[in-house]
This record gives sequence, C-alpha cells and structure tokens, in this order.
Amino acid sequence: MTNPAIESAPARGSATLAHHGRLDAVGYLICLGGIVRRELLRFFNQKERFFSALVRPLVWLFIFAAGFRNTLGVSIEPPYQTYVLYEVYVVPGLAVMIQLFNGMQSSLSMVYDREVGSMKVLLTSPYPRWLLLLAKLIAGVTVSVVQAYAFLAVAWFWETDIPTIGYLAALPAFVASGLMLGAIGLLLSSMVRQLENFASVMNFVIFPMFFASSALYPLWRIRESSETLYWICELNPFTHAVQLVRFALYGQFEPVACAVVVGTTLAFFTLAVIAYDPGRGIMARRGGPAGDNA
Amino acid sequence: MAGGPASAALHAAPALDVAHVSHRFGARAALSDVSITVERGRFMALLGPNGAGKTTLFSVITRLYTNQDGRVSIFGHGLDREPSRALAHLGVVFQARTLDTDLTVAQNLLYHASLHGIARKAAKRRIDALLDRVGLAERRDDKVRTLSGGQSRRIEIARSLVHGPSLLLLDEPTVGLDLESRADIVGIVRALVREEGLSVLWATHIFEEIEAQDDAVVLHRGSIVARGRAGTIGGGEESLEAAFRRLVAEPRDGARQAA
Repeated sequence: MTNPAIESAPARGSATLAHHGRLDAVGYLICLGGIVRRELLRFFNQKERFFSALVRPLVWLFIFAAGFRNTLGVSIEPPYQTYVLYEVYVVPGLAVMIQLFNGMQSSLSMVYDREVGSMKVLLTSPYPRWLLLLAKLIAGVTVSVVQAYAFLAVAWFWETDIPTIGYLAALPAFVASGLMLGAIGLLLSSMVRQLENFASVMNFVIFPMFFASSALYPLWRIRESSETLYWICELNPFTHAVQLVRFALYGQFEPVACAVVVGTTLAFFTLAVIAYDPGRGIMARRGGPAGDNA
Repeated sequence: MAGGPASAALHAAPALDVAHVSHRFGARAALSDVSITVERGRFMALLGPNGAGKTTLFSVITRLYTNQDGRVSIFGHGLDREPSRALAHLGVVFQARTLDTDLTVAQNLLYHASLHGIARKAAKRRIDALLDRVGLAERRDDKVRTLSGGQSRRIEIARSLVHGPSLLLLDEPTVGLDLESRADIVGIVRALVREEGLSVLWATHIFEEIEAQDDAVVLHRGSIVARGRAGTIGGGEESLEAAFRRLVAEPRDGARQAA
C-alpha cells in the first residue's frame, strides 16, 4: 500500500471467495484423472502418431530381423530354453523400444507445451508439482502400454512363440519400463530448452540407449567382441527394462532388472520434480519468458 | 482458520499484494523492488512497454517460478507458504494462446476444471453457465481450431473462471484482436468486476482499455515508475498516454520523481 489515494474497495469482494474445487485427496484424484484424460484425448486425435509408433518396430521385425535371421543364430540363454529364431529374440526389445520412443515423445510434447504456453496453465493448478508430473507420467505410460500390446498383437502372427500367460505376466513389466522411460523423458524435457534441440535427444539418448542394450543382441555376444561395450550395456537401464519384459513374457521374474528399473524410475522422477520446482528449477534459472527477453 | 485475528486479517487482505519483489535472470534484473496492491473488487491496469517485466511479474504471481526477493500474497495467502490456497483463488489469461486446438471447447474447460479438483458433473454445469456469460454457449462442442481469435480469448476468460477465482490476471488479453473483439473482451471483464466483485490485474499498453477511475501502475525496466488513479497519473495536465510516454522515455531517476 503505497498510495493513499486508493480507497479501500467495497467488501463485496470477500463474498466471492469461493473456490469451486477441492484440495483434498479426492481433488488429487480428479486432477490426476483430468490430466490423464487430456493426454488420451490428444493421443486418439493423432492417429498417425499411433500408427507410426507401430510401424517402426514392425519394420524392424519384418525386414531387419528377417535379414539377420540366418546371420545371427541366437543363443540358448534364459529365459529361452531352446535355440530361438532372431525374430523371436528381438520382439521384447522392440516392444520396449516403442515405450522408449513414447517416453521421448511425451517429453517432446512437454517441451512443446512449454513453448505454446499450455504448460503455464498446468502449473497454475493449486496442486503440488509432483502430482502434476506424476499425472503426466501415468498418462504417458498408459499410452505406451497400449502401443506395446498393439505391437505384440501384430507380432503374434509372426510366430513369436510367446506363451499366452506371458502376455498377462508382462503387463506389470511394461508398466514398470514405461514409468522408467517416461521419467527419463520428464527429466529430459526439463533440460531441453527448445523443440529444435530434440534432434540431439534422438542422437544422444534414444539411439545409444537402444543399440547399447540387449534389445537386438544378447549381451554375451557383445562381450565376445568388447568387454567395455558389454559393461556399458550392463549399466544401461534400457537393457534392464528389456530384460524385465523379456523374462516376464516367458512367465519369469528377473529381480536384478526389476530393481534397476524401479531404482532408475525413482531417481529420474525425483530429479524431474526438482527440475520443475519453481524455486530451483529450469523455469527460474534459464532466462526469462520470451516476451521479456527483448 | 476459523475465527480469531488470523481470519479477520484474511478478510481484510487485499486481492493481490506484491511486496518488494525482485527477480534476476543471471546478471539481468527483470524486476527490482516491485510493489503492487490490487484491492478487492478493483480493476488495476498494469502499463509497461515491451520488455518492462510484465510477463516476468505475471510468472512470479502465477508461481511459474518463485521470486528471489519480496513476497506475493493472494487474499492473504502467501505464495511461499500456502501456494495451493493462493493459486486456488487466482484465474489467469496468459498472453499466448494456451487452449488445445485439437480438443473441443468443453474438453478444454473440463481439463482445466480437473486441474482444480472440480468433479465433472459440477464442472459441466459451471462451464455451461460461463459459456453463456461469454456468449459462446453454442460453440461448446466445437474444436477450438474452428474459433476466431476473439472467440478463443473469450473461451480463455471462461476457462480462467471455471474454478471460481476472485482475482483475475490478464496479460495483454486483447493483443492481435480487432476492435470489436477487443471491446467484447473488455466488456466481459468489466462486467465481472461490476457484477461479481472480481478483482482484476490487466496488463496492457492499449490506453483505450483503461478508464479514468481505474487504478494503474506503470512498470518500466523492471521498476514501478508511477501509480495512482489512471486519470490522475498525468497530473491533470496531460493524458494518461502522454504521461506514459514521458515516463518510459525519460531516464529512470527523472521518472521516479514524477511518480
């Protein structure tokens, strides 16, 4: 109050102090549900996105795998009990690749949201940031699990030899790997400032994660050629997401992979929450809004 | 918080109190020692040339990022201590268009309602009433993509009101609109102040949108250089526009004295 000329306003203002929403646990759920619903609506509005996400791994499966079928005879190693065809080997890795792309796609849409301003709308919600980010994450995972199963459904015609029970057992594994890749995407979205920079995310995140993993070849094969590369693959969380899903598809549980996936998820989600914190995060440090930078 | 002096203080608290807020981006000071008070039920114009710090100020008030110095409270709820309560009473119309163009009007508004924890059934009722208010009830199920610029803005105003805020922030809401749409937007917001007792902070550099009895502050290079009733900022000798031009053209020290 620096200007005495401003008279005190009529008291009627106080009568309107009535927030319509609720800030309790029910409100949390409504908020979470609303964010997930919006992501799904947007997803179903972009059918090309769904199909392109599906075509990518199918191309790998039908062409790449068919080509390598005879060059790469694959392994007798758990969870497989016999010698398996290359197509059979790559199916889990390709399913998780869908999730990898999806995680990055969600991340990209967060960056886009930030550029067009709808991120601001999200962040004016009275709920805590972690809840808003968690809702984004859950929405992304829902989409990515649906896409992974759509791929498995098509791959089924390709004699992928997955036991029926495996499809069910893999659901929690897909959820876990989707959460992990989504959390990595969330953190990336906080670090990538502009949409254009996303090409480098492809080069420096998606490709290395995918190729330096057990998605396309068993790790013992890699070890034969390079011990260093083998360890890089072992340390790559994507390898563990693939292994978790691979074992689950054959009705088995891989505790180490599970621990790595859960641990990585928690670590990256925590970092993302810190990055989006209004006091510490990117929003505050990285320059002002475009309008004020002039 | 029932009864007692604390509750009395909340009832008396202004709609928006920005006290000595400063914010820097690296070495550049975007806001220095800014204080603004929007009283309940008042329309306050925030004037400033481009780059004055208006958007930074809005970002701080909407808690996009926290201010480094000073304090912001909304109806007595400090953004630092009670961000949820503060944000619950705040409605915002951002400068950029922020509706999902692929979704329908209703889907956009329902999404916003859920961000404030409003259940769908209650939200639908409220949305119908608000669409009536902005005169776009018949566009409820149309995709936002099909709306004109002025219509989108009206939808954004409806959206900012979905959760029943008592303070409305608008960041240059009429930029890029034709005269008629501009008049519509101004009319809708003025009616909200008059009829519902809403408090408004309206950033602009279009002087026709400001009336003489409005409160006004002039922000220049991150500092407040003038404040008072819009009609008196020019000291009665010059128009608000002329005064504004003088204030933002002169070096800051001179402008301070004028304030």
